[in-house]
Amino acid sequence: MQTIDLRGVSCPTNFVKAKLALEELENGTVAQIFLDDGEPVKNVPRSLKADGHKLLGLKQTEEGHYILELEKVEE
Amino acid sequence: MADEKQTKLDLNNLKAGGFIKERGKDLFTVRLRVPGGRMSVPRLKKIAEVAEKFGGEFVHLSVRQSIELININFRDFDAVVEELGEKSQKVASCGARVRVPVACGGCEYNPNGLVDTQKSALEVDEKLFGTPTGHHKFKVAFAGCPFDCPKSATNDIGFQGAIYPTLDKDACIGCGLCAKSCVPKAIAMGEDNKPVFSNDPCIWCGDCVKVCPTGAWSEAKRGYTVRIGGKWGRNPLVGTLFATFLPEDRAVEFIAAVLEWYKQKAEGLGRIRLGDTIIKEGPEELLNHLRSRFPENTVAETIAPQIIATQIGK
Ligand code: SF4
Ligand code: SF4
Ligand code: SF4
Repeated sequence: MQTIDLRGVSCPTNFVKAKLALEELENGTVAQIFLDDGEPVKNVPRSLKADGHKLLGLKQTEEGHYILELEKVEE
Repeated sequence: MADEKQTKLDLNNLKAGGFIKERGKDLFTVRLRVPGGRMSVPRLKKIAEVAEKFGGEFVHLSVRQSIELININFRDFDAVVEELGEKSQKVASCGARVRVPVACGGCEYNPNGLVDTQKSALEVDEKLFGTPTGHHKFKVAFAGCPFDCPKSATNDIGFQGAIYPTLDKDACIGCGLCAKSCVPKAIAMGEDNKPVFSNDPCIWCGDCVKVCPTGAWSEAKRGYTVRIGGKWGRNPLVGTLFATFLPEDRAVEFIAAVLEWYKQKAEGLGRIRLGDTIIKEGPEELLNHLRSRFPENTVAETIAPQIIATQIGK
């Protein structure tokens, strides 16, 4: 499983980093993206959805951050 | 600068206003008409040329999105108007008229935008700009979504883009993103791990629709939330809710209907703004007037524009 850790990275840098990291992956790869609570978890998933990726799920960890699971979809 | 003897001014240019007296002798500010704040690059270049030739060292960007040419000698009015090119760059208005509408970028390139505010602002500018109200100024603003960067409720009529969300439970994968994204907390996750929607707190922002990965949330209705009677200045009022989900293409007609009521009801009251007229007449009067033409959009009841006490703590 590919992971992209964006904890501690604020908006919109986190989204741009996620974009760059996803560019490296094969189409159809499933990745987990770690996001902080608050603005990041509200903004990043919808921006990635708008870019065409398929969001598969979101769960909160015991430490309080979120794991967004998505499938890379090449436009 | 023009020779005094030869100055023959076309005073028609002054009629609609937009030429504002400055401190200095003979100097005026010329307020340009920039509906919705949209300025094409060629127009901007042209304005820069005219400012360089006739104005001072800078221009001013007004809080209502206009470009103001500073330090223009009144003898140059005609030349300024002509060189700006009457077709492409008009002078704005002041006085008891419908002013140039302001708008945010709207849905064209802003990811939050739900409606085409720029289109609406241009339509209103084209059809209603400069209409005399007979009483006082009249300001209109368009916000693309409930974030409301243009502060629509501080205008005589403020429009705010909105969508009403609807849920298809079967398409939901229970990820919880919608509940997480809904700032007003109109969505909670139920025991079956599916969203539960409460109507009252919902502000129609559409964030749930935008974030939902499966399209389980979609839009049932789209249009403008309309607040009426706001103003700022010495005695600020915040406009209150009069209509919801007004179709975008009926904004001009809606404003015209409000203007009609205002013109009639404020008769004999002197220089009075729309909000104070509503306070005097009661909001039901205006609601009834609007209901006859916009039965599907007019709200069942509302309150008068609300006074904002700005001197507390004095
Ligand atoms: S009101 Fe909404 S659409 Fe308009 S600029 Fe603000 S966030 Fe963007
Ligand atoms: S439209 Fe906005 S306020 Fe209403 S439920 Fe969706 S996210 Fe919440
Ligand atoms: S975002 Fe969509 S899929 Fe996720 S819980 Fe809400 S409705 Fe279900």
